[in-house]
Amino acid sequence: MKYAIETNGLTRVHGSTRALDGVTVQIAANTITGLLGRNGAGKTTFMSLATAQDRPTGGTVEVFGRPPFEHAAVLEQLCFIRDNQRYPDDYKLKHALRAAKIFYPNWDQNLADELVSLFRIPEKTVVKKFSRGQFSALGIVLGLASRAPITFFDEPYLGLDATARGYFYDVLLSDYQKHPRTIVISTHLIDEMDRLLERVVILDQGRVVRDADVEDLRGAAHQVTGRAAAVKEYLAERTVLSQQRVGGLATAVVDGAIGAEDRAAAEIADLDLSAVSLQQLVAAYGFDAADSIHQDETSVPEVALATSEGANS
Amino acid sequence: MFDDSRPIFLQLAERIADDILRGRYAEGEQVPSTNELSAHLRINPATAGKALGLLVDRGILIKRRGIGMFVAEGAKAEIAAERKQDFVRDFVQPLLAEARALGLEVGELSRLIEAEASGVDPNSAPTPSTETEITP
Repeated sequence: MKYAIETNGLTRVHGSTRALDGVTVQIAANTITGLLGRNGAGKTTFMSLATAQDRPTGGTVEVFGRPPFEHAAVLEQLCFIRDNQRYPDDYKLKHALRAAKIFYPNWDQNLADELVSLFRIPEKTVVKKFSRGQFSALGIVLGLASRAPITFFDEPYLGLDATARGYFYDVLLSDYQKHPRTIVISTHLIDEMDRLLERVVILDQGRVVRDADVEDLRGAAHQVTGRAAAVKEYLAERTVLSQQRVGGLATAVVDGAIGAEDRAAAEIADLDLSAVSLQQLVAAYGFDAADSIHQDETSVPEVALATSEGANS
Repeated sequence: MFDDSRPIFLQLAERIADDILRGRYAEGEQVPSTNELSAHLRINPATAGKALGLLVDRGILIKRRGIGMFVAEGAKAEIAAERKQDFVRDFVQPLLAEARALGLEVGELSRLIEAEASGVDPNSAPTPSTETEITP
């Protein structure tokens, strides 16, 4: 297996915060990988370190087998689309495109032109005055037309309406098919984007909590709902990822697929079992027990708590 | 279109098998490619490829190098045989569970099924022959 990015114990400390804390991952070449987790989980820090826009406090990062720092040959293969990219004050669309054309060796002007009109990006407005959606669309154009061997998109959809997001998913997939390359995307719109991904890395508080094929995570956890006492009993010998209790009712996310044994136990105890989406799973990993406003002394201690509504969305 | 309970490639493979069973793709006919499925369903091409690969492994699709994937001869019978095995678990057992919850006796249930199969509303008059005489 050829890796595009490999990190070992990668750590970045800002003051007293461990933004990234001993992250060891391999991102396979020519995959679309999702970087998931709550705000502050370390997604942007990871991208900054992999693209040499920041230096690690500890550990190593290698891109195509080499540290990205001060290796021009590595750097020109990387494209990082930040959600808050800064442009010079007088920059208009054409200036941004011209700069990108110089910067990225594989730049495809035809694709850029096509996408500019698809996303209706204004030509006469200075980039600084773009709406959030136009700004994101510009990032998408630069990221895709760069055809960089590794492209990072940090929450590329901000401010885009549903139609424009659909365009993004379509052009991402079609261009990826025509020109396979490594794409790393951070997103909170997991229900909408999980099927675009092949791999996912779930981060929480700077650490990797899951690193898997997205297909292996589908159905890998389940939710149980019912009377609190019955739920508590059901959880006794199972790995609980999150739990929530409101009055006499409780809901919990449990690691593992729903098996025949689980079904039988649930039927006897009059509990409902359902699949959890990847979005619910990520929320479960990111939940702090302290965040719970409904936790009480009868809850199982030390379990995080998270459920998003709509168990069967 | 897809649910969260199982990997998408399994659900997609099942859908394609379903389409073959219902005659949407005839035996010998070409099925959509990985890239077509990926673009059409907005899914990762690796996922689409895995679904097709699974059907090739099961002998339902045949891969012709450089041309594409085709429905194998006998695929329909093969799928039907597999589905029959699951029929009791997937359909009969849930039906019985619901009937029990509603307090329907098995005899009553059989009458409902027979009536439905013969296209007669079981709640209407017990003499179905008169129904044809109803005119506006």
